[in-house]
Amino acid sequence: MRLKKTLLGCTTMLGVALLAAGSPASANDELLKLQGDANQWVMPTGNYANQRYSTLDQITAANASKLHPVWSFSTGVLRGHEGGPLVIGDTMYVHTPFPNNVFALDLNDNGKIIWKYEPRQDPSVIAVMCCDTVNRGVAYGDGKIILNQSDATVVALDAKSGKELWHVKNGDPAKGETMTMAPMIVKDKVYVGISGGEFGTQGRLTAYNLKDGSLAWNAYSVGTDDQLLVDANKTMNMGKPIGKDSSVSTWQGDQWKTGGGSTWGWYSYDPATNLIYYGTGNPSTWNPVQRPGDNKWSMTIFARDADTGMAKWVYQMTPHDEWDYDGINEMILADIPVKGKTVKALVHFDRNGFGYTLNRETGELLVAEKYDPAVNWASHVDMQTGRPQVVAQYSTQHNGEDKNSRNICPAALGSKDQQPAAFSPKTGLFYVPTNHVCMDYEPFKVSYTAGQPYVGATLSMYPPKGENNLGNFIAWDAGQGKIVWSIPEPFSVWSGALATAGDVVFYGTLDGYLKGVDIKTGKELYKYKTPSGIIGNVTTYTHKGKQYIAVLSGVGGWAGIGMAAGLGNDTDGLGAVGAYKQLSNYTQLGGVMTVFGLD
Amino acid sequence: MRYKSLLAVSALVGAGAVFAVGGSSGAKAENDPVYVVQDGRVDQHTFNGYRRYGESCHRCHGPDGSGSSYAPSLTESLKKMSFEDFSNVIVNGRQNVTKSQNNVMPAFGTTEDVILYLDDIYGYLKARSDDKLPRGRPKRLGDDS
Repeated sequence: MRLKKTLLGCTTMLGVALLAAGSPASANDELLKLQGDANQWVMPTGNYANQRYSTLDQITAANASKLHPVWSFSTGVLRGHEGGPLVIGDTMYVHTPFPNNVFALDLNDNGKIIWKYEPRQDPSVIAVMCCDTVNRGVAYGDGKIILNQSDATVVALDAKSGKELWHVKNGDPAKGETMTMAPMIVKDKVYVGISGGEFGTQGRLTAYNLKDGSLAWNAYSVGTDDQLLVDANKTMNMGKPIGKDSSVSTWQGDQWKTGGGSTWGWYSYDPATNLIYYGTGNPSTWNPVQRPGDNKWSMTIFARDADTGMAKWVYQMTPHDEWDYDGINEMILADIPVKGKTVKALVHFDRNGFGYTLNRETGELLVAEKYDPAVNWASHVDMQTGRPQVVAQYSTQHNGEDKNSRNICPAALGSKDQQPAAFSPKTGLFYVPTNHVCMDYEPFKVSYTAGQPYVGATLSMYPPKGENNLGNFIAWDAGQGKIVWSIPEPFSVWSGALATAGDVVFYGTLDGYLKGVDIKTGKELYKYKTPSGIIGNVTTYTHKGKQYIAVLSGVGGWAGIGMAAGLGNDTDGLGAVGAYKQLSNYTQLGGVMTVFGLD
Repeated sequence: MRYKSLLAVSALVGAGAVFAVGGSSGAKAENDPVYVVQDGRVDQHTFNGYRRYGESCHRCHGPDGSGSSYAPSLTESLKKMSFEDFSNVIVNGRQNVTKSQNNVMPAFGTTEDVILYLDDIYGYLKARSDDKLPRGRPKRLGDDS
């Protein structure tokens, strides 16, 4: 650390040229090295590949039943607690939903608070946050903790003291632009996204210089070619160059200016290709009839050069969305066998219910299969064009405005939302928290007003016909596109998974249980009911040589809005089975981090 | 159409003074918006209220006005809240931000999709609150869809 600080000091004096050559490499090397240290948890996604896998193996399938809570920490905030803590050395960093407090806890002193950061934000931002004031965590790099505040301010804190080093405005809440996602740091840059797809935001990925928060570049999801950072001849889509005006030509008039494509998911990075990967959200509005065209590049996987932001390839999963199937879910990078050949793969469980496996170097589509058998809006994905084959009965565009399209699976929540899956290199399988919910969807005409909801559809949600579990936790073979095992859960599983070399997979449930299951069979090994429903992600680390499991509980988020009162019944008796399972009968608000260990 | 005169007055005089008049909570005033439910089917106003609720209120107040982990159940609120108080909160918003609470209701006073249909939204929620309408999408009178 001393060397780096000296270097930084010199570069400031010597000027920009040397800085570009010097300091970036150090931050990069530091994180590249740290992400491989299983004793710490240095980025929200576990590692750059988003695998949420730990090589720690003290907690095993044989002893997991002896786990128990060893300490807990109240965050003092009631709203939905997504994401999870970081562990850097002997310090744990815990974040909260709005007001976005950050705590540094001393693991050497029973979690004593080393520092607390409490931002001051205009509370009016709360009113323009879709689906609760969640925050998915902070990032660490180069001695800094980076926080994305609800009011779209990005703040850098000194990791040791909590002192603010810089801040930058990344969006305008008056236009419905807010932030919920966890930043990612690669080399000398911090990458952040923007929320506001329900407010007609023009979605974008933004890179800031880690050193001082100055803008490096913006890469829009929808817009003109220079806004998109694409090369008409070199950026590829399904094996072909995307050509000129690839986005604006798929919108009517200038609708792309309020076209959505927000970027609020988890990002990943492959040092070998130097590409960052992420997905874009729904096109605005939810009424498809009002926005003819494919609405590119909403609902799209982007692979961009980490330094320049230039897109190498894109793949749009849901052209002309008619169901709010945001494409923002995490991209997990893994080298796995596909059709007998080991591939540098990107695996993505989309809201639309298809599990996609692509070649992450080229964007070639390899596998696209349903990871919930209930999915019915499309029969399959055409592997030549990459387009889903939409079933007319469930097409809200086909049925039209002011018509209620019924029994569409999945619901707008998706077969999975942002709650990230895990991958075990040991088993080669993915462990996926899923929703098992269907919907009626009725689009209607709306007008755009800056900072006001721009939704244009009414929804009712309920379990698939004849079933009463609203979620499953599954093991998935991404090479074959097949479910290996599946655990039914009464509620949607809205917590990020953790896979470990001890052959235990962990996840949390909306009714508040932390569960550990056998990685091979899914058999339950351990469960403990935390103070509130879990929508956070499970983390593991060691302290003084012992392995611990940590998770934030605190129900809320879209799950809390959709399910607290129970899902709507249907007068025809369709949803009669368990449709009044009110989540509010099982759990109440309140943020607590609970840490588990063995004796 | 009562809310229009209210709005006009409040714009001139300032919101606080005007809405204090309708204070007796729970009491039904003569000109409160009405809903029509016959054999489980609703009139066009009530249906429109359901739809506008879906556009602007659902994502905080939950499905069918039933409340969420984020915002209160309006079917419960309207058992006590007068139309005047309801209108006041929608037009002007409300903030309850303390150490333990972070509740913010935005002001919809200039949002056409809400304010033009305030009577309809109230009527729909009142029908739900009075237990005259079950959860889910209501059927329209004279319409099979």
